[in-house]
Amino acid sequence: MDTLLKLDQIQHAYGKQTIISHLSFDLKKGEIGCLLGPSGCGKTTVLRCIAGFEPLVGGGILLNGVVVSRGNFSLPPEQRHIGMVFQDYALFPHLTVAANIGFGLHHSRMAERTQRVADMLQIVGLAEVANKYPHELSGGQQQRVALARALAPHPDLLLLDEPFSNLDISLRERLSLEIRDILKNLHITAILVTHDQDEAFSVADVIGVMHQGKIMQWDTAYNLYHRPANRFVANFIGQGVFLPGRVLSPGKIETELGILTEDIYHQCELNDAIYHPGNEVEVLIRPDDIVYDKESALQAIVTHKAFRGAEILYTLKLASGKIILSLISSRYNHTIGEKIGIRLEADHLVGFKKENYTDIQK
Amino acid sequence: MHVNNEKYAAVEEKNTEISRSLFFLNRKANFWRLTPFLVAALILIPVVVLFSSFLMPTDDVWRHLVETTLSSLLINTFWLSVGVVAGTSLFGVSLAWLTAIYEFPGSRFFSWALLLPLAIPAYVTAFVVLGLFDYTGPVQTALRAWLGSELTWFPDLYGRGGVTVVMILAFYPYVYLMARNAFLTQGKRLLEVAQSLGLNHKQGFFKVALPMARPWIAGGIMLTLMETLADFGTVVVFNYDTFTTAIYKAWFGMFSLPAASQLASLLIILVFALIIIEQQFRARMRFAEMKRSSRADRIVLTGWKARAATCFPASVLFFAFVLPVLQLGSWAAHSLIQSLDQRYLEFLLHSVLLSAIATLITCFVAILLVYAVRLYSDTFTRIAVRIATIGYALPGAVLAVGIFIPLAWLDNQLNEWMLMLFQIETGLLIQGTIGVMLIAYMIRFLAVGHYPIDSSMQRITRSIDEAALGFGLTGWAMLRSIHLPMLKTGIFTAATLVFVDVMKEMPITLMTRPFGWDTLAVRIFSLTSEGEWQQAALPAVTLVLAGLIPIILLMRQTDK
Repeated sequence: MDTLLKLDQIQHAYGKQTIISHLSFDLKKGEIGCLLGPSGCGKTTVLRCIAGFEPLVGGGILLNGVVVSRGNFSLPPEQRHIGMVFQDYALFPHLTVAANIGFGLHHSRMAERTQRVADMLQIVGLAEVANKYPHELSGGQQQRVALARALAPHPDLLLLDEPFSNLDISLRERLSLEIRDILKNLHITAILVTHDQDEAFSVADVIGVMHQGKIMQWDTAYNLYHRPANRFVANFIGQGVFLPGRVLSPGKIETELGILTEDIYHQCELNDAIYHPGNEVEVLIRPDDIVYDKESALQAIVTHKAFRGAEILYTLKLASGKIILSLISSRYNHTIGEKIGIRLEADHLVGFKKENYTDIQK
Repeated sequence: MHVNNEKYAAVEEKNTEISRSLFFLNRKANFWRLTPFLVAALILIPVVVLFSSFLMPTDDVWRHLVETTLSSLLINTFWLSVGVVAGTSLFGVSLAWLTAIYEFPGSRFFSWALLLPLAIPAYVTAFVVLGLFDYTGPVQTALRAWLGSELTWFPDLYGRGGVTVVMILAFYPYVYLMARNAFLTQGKRLLEVAQSLGLNHKQGFFKVALPMARPWIAGGIMLTLMETLADFGTVVVFNYDTFTTAIYKAWFGMFSLPAASQLASLLIILVFALIIIEQQFRARMRFAEMKRSSRADRIVLTGWKARAATCFPASVLFFAFVLPVLQLGSWAAHSLIQSLDQRYLEFLLHSVLLSAIATLITCFVAILLVYAVRLYSDTFTRIAVRIATIGYALPGAVLAVGIFIPLAWLDNQLNEWMLMLFQIETGLLIQGTIGVMLIAYMIRFLAVGHYPIDSSMQRITRSIDEAALGFGLTGWAMLRSIHLPMLKTGIFTAATLVFVDVMKEMPITLMTRPFGWDTLAVRIFSLTSEGEWQQAALPAVTLVLAGLIPIILLMRQTDK
């Protein structure tokens, strides 16, 4: 597949304050990318840079191999063929749904326009509200109008800025899957910005976790969870705790829960602390890495429990006093204070160099 | 459906419970209920009186007016309205767009400073412009001296052009304020949407921003039109005959109250047409509201564009505010010793006294209306409040005639009865007091006082009342510890606005004041009708200074 969008070391600043520093990623044609991060990490700014609303201080943005932004140059947004769905949808309140969707087709002939609007209404399933005004629609319908409006002029790339944040949680999951289906059926290349990882996982093919204007890891959802490249990603994605350990030999670490091993070929460049014998490291233990085992000699005390339906998330205290999390089938209902047997069952070994106070001071 | 009904019944019950405990004056509750209807009736009286004057036999003065001046009055009013609407919308919309969307040297300053002309009553701008630019004024004198010849090319100020320009300078802020509000709430974001759909800035303005802002702009234009139709002081200074001056002349020049009231009824028809149109636009504004965009994301202009962007508002501000204020200041300084006498203090005292009493009455009535709606939010009460606050649209000259006629009738009846029963001559019991004026002020400015109090009342939600009830606060205790603190700012804003509006008011005061009750505005009228610009400067400066107070309040609100 060809690369459609390329961000090359882009930099953005408001006055003296740097918002984005040396950020790069590529997106292939037909792929759905996602920028995921806490609020204020600069993810929306990246989106606005791509759309052309914000100028770059350095680096460059290439669309279909053509430079659209670099320092001192910015192709006007209206010439980029990039569609955008805004966080508040920003529908035109004085126009009907059909007129909103047809708004971007001002260059086409009347017949084509009517046809395209009808097609888009069909695709997003809003044919019956075509002549209503935005304020008469529900939040979910408004969002689909915004999507249809952005897609109508056949943009090369679609940008979605927190598209689900104004919706009920129950609606979010359904709509995010719906939107993924629509985008995939139409082979649309898109970038989504969100702070909600569930949203990112359900919509995107590839996700960039952002922090302080940088991408910490650009990867699939699976890898972000199971092979986080650094502590920030490990903390931000999913749940888990860090357990101290010591490297015995490359890919073999001794912890309180036993010895963990990892196939050397799976190594991740950023994660090489676990390959130097003698290193004091911290190993990421996910709740699903700890399983209940009646027979196990390894015992832990239940200190908290949170019922999750199929599973219960237990907070367990090890003999050393370290706290770990464990997701255990809710068929076993342990009580707080109970001592239960556990076993480590991890497919992946993720460890980082131990952070001590001198490290932090540096 | 069933559930909904039950819910509704429960809410109703709760509401009555609250109103009962809120006003343990349960037995007197009818009083609250009646207030809106009484006020609405009070406002409908002048309207009904004026319309019924059509049915009365016409006198010679009216016939004479129809034959000689009526057509020119209509033509004058039409062209003045067209000119003012065109000018105010052009200036108002372009300035609003400039300051709401772009960043250029001085853009922050201009965004509030462009409201300053609202502080100068139009009739003050009028006489300053005349004083500056007429034949004997400093501008023409200097030009003659410089060129050494008569200025045959200099435009005649006494005509349609002069009065139109002055009104544009005085009234453009209404359109500016409304349009700016619209552009700020939608502005940048919708432009971005338009851009992402392939439209450039210019196309975005004409295809998105302007159509979206249409209800707001139209609202501003309606306000301007109402001010134009209601204006008396400006047209009088320019000797430009419109309905308001004709009403005045019919009454005080030809002493024909019937002719005055018939003219007034014609003007009322025009105004009512405007009110109906305005209500339409208001309804449309409601659903078109959006989140306000932040200051940070404005488009920065550079180079010659930035310089041009600075020059435009700067020159408007210069002619609409800086120049009049400077000229007034210099005149006032020259005539200070002459003008600052016992009589000036008397005028000032009258102005302040009248404004204070009128403010008190107006705010009190406004609070009654607001509570009436809170306690009884049925359709009839709402309609009554709508009618009660429609007086702002009635031109002062119309109101003066409409109030005077029934009260004079009442005076005469009273006099007859007293004469018949007790052989006492009461004379001008009502006409001889300031009561007529105060009632007219209240009718005209009730909307001004009602709006801020009503909007702060909106913030006291039902659940706040319920929370207070939960803590055992009822009746006066709730009023004192919850309502009053929360309404305080609203009442204060209302009082300030009404006070200054009454102070600047000219036709009502002029036509209904009892003997010896001249105010600053009346003083300006009598001085300017004799061409004594310099003498009129001190009272005018006083009014401008007072006028600045509500503008500052307004600017604080809009800048938030």
